[in-house]
Amino acid sequence: MRLAPHWRVRAQRLQLRGEVCQCCGERLFPPRDVCPACHQPADKPFAFCGEGTVYSFSTVYEAPKGYERFAPYTIALVRLKEGPLVTAQLTDIDPSDVRIGLPVEMVTRVLREEGEDGMVIYGYKFRPVLEREAAREEARA
Amino acid sequence: MRDVSIIGIGQIEVGEHWDVSLRDLGARALLAALADAGIDRPDALYVGNMLSGTLGSQEQLATLIADWSGLRGIEALKVEAACASGAAALRVGVMAVAGGIHEIVAVLGVEKMTDLDGEEATAALMTAADAEYEGIHGTSFISLNALLMRRYMEDMGVPQEAFAGFPINAHANAANNPNAMFRQPITRDTYSRAPMIADPINLFDSAPICDGAAAVILCPTERAREFSSRPVRIAASAVATDSVALHDRREPLFLLAVQASALKAYRQAGIGPEEIDLFELHDAFSIIAALSLEACGFAPRGEGTRLAADGQIGPRGRLPICTMGGLKARGHPVGATGIYQVVEATLQLRGLAGANQVPGARWAMTQNIGGVGGTAITHILEGQG
Ligand SMILES: [Zn+2]
Repeated sequence: MRLAPHWRVRAQRLQLRGEVCQCCGERLFPPRDVCPACHQPADKPFAFCGEGTVYSFSTVYEAPKGYERFAPYTIALVRLKEGPLVTAQLTDIDPSDVRIGLPVEMVTRVLREEGEDGMVIYGYKFRPVLEREAAREEARA
Repeated sequence: MRDVSIIGIGQIEVGEHWDVSLRDLGARALLAALADAGIDRPDALYVGNMLSGTLGSQEQLATLIADWSGLRGIEALKVEAACASGAAALRVGVMAVAGGIHEIVAVLGVEKMTDLDGEEATAALMTAADAEYEGIHGTSFISLNALLMRRYMEDMGVPQEAFAGFPINAHANAANNPNAMFRQPITRDTYSRAPMIADPINLFDSAPICDGAAAVILCPTERAREFSSRPVRIAASAVATDSVALHDRREPLFLLAVQASALKAYRQAGIGPEEIDLFELHDAFSIIAALSLEACGFAPRGEGTRLAADGQIGPRGRLPICTMGGLKARGHPVGATGIYQVVEATLQLRGLAGANQVPGARWAMTQNIGGVGGTAITHILEGQG
């Protein structure tokens, strides 16, 4: 059981905490010590709002070990409102309803389970922005 | 800096070698290459390998294979760059000879992937990606490539069938390669009926899990004729890197490291893409074949599949690729792949590629990619008549 690797990224996993570069303004997720855009030190925490759109997606039917109970699930690259792309699972949606451009929002869910007595690891997933979809449907009707 | 040439090659048939261990696979390819060059004892051995620790619980691999090949005592080191480990080892070998550190260097690529079940091999391949920010979400290496392919199809307006040309060419070429894993040609119909493994990637868009080993022997070009009547000159050797994670790239649909390594290689060789007679590219997935052709200047953006559709990539086309089957049909024993590519290009430049011979080939380019374009290693080889 490896606790520390999951514990030390808890702010990223649970709050989508990244950084903003004080030199060039680039928003970074995940956080890192050096800004990849301007190569200056990056150290100011920045919490992303958790909204974005699906940049691309692929549905996994044969899940890797630890992910079986979620299968089939859809992996997506999500373009966050503030700029960066993030890799995550989509949740609360039928794989056949996913499309590029779909508005999504971050939720906290179980990412992985390591057996009966093992760890349960929580983190971000993204689900469709339900209210907005409903409102749009109403406007159309 | 000294000019470097290839004076010997060796390869083992790619496949599922349940009766041969990792060390013996490596030793056999290495000894075949040493025999081809007429060399008993090289000064150093560099071994490209990705998964010996993960799948075989074996490190110090180069030392082990040196001993198992009767070379106990020589300098021996393993080099790792995920799926580009083979070409990375070659890069180290080229630097050693070019820099005057060693005279005769052996470079081996070896991988054994079939000792564990497919699920474990798949998990091991995922170590090429970002474990904390890609792997933790249940992403497989195939799904990362599927993310690229889906967005490419959407942005470029390219349908899935347009990719069929890549595996069709690979399988047709592998049919004439006795060292290839899949020697049955496939048709457009076979492709369109293939099961999806990670939509939109189907069975024929993805390279197989397998075992293999290939080796080359290097020496300074000025001494190459002492050992070989048909040496092949390494005109360029170039490595470039990008972010490991796809999501850390500004434009995921353009492989920047692939472009950078190709541009460096063209500069070193003093030629451009129009002079390349054949290109052993990294077709681990059909989408990567298309993106590589675009990044290396062989096709405009969004038109990589068009080369394949127009039949220009066959052995007698304008730009032959994967001339002995590529990763798709020769097979992709990951850490060995980069050396298979160079062995096959050397056969072409020696005029010994049989039914798949590219007529009058002089310049061959090989390109080995680690991860989804995180590491790109390009070599350009020149035949010596
Ligand atoms: Zn910056």
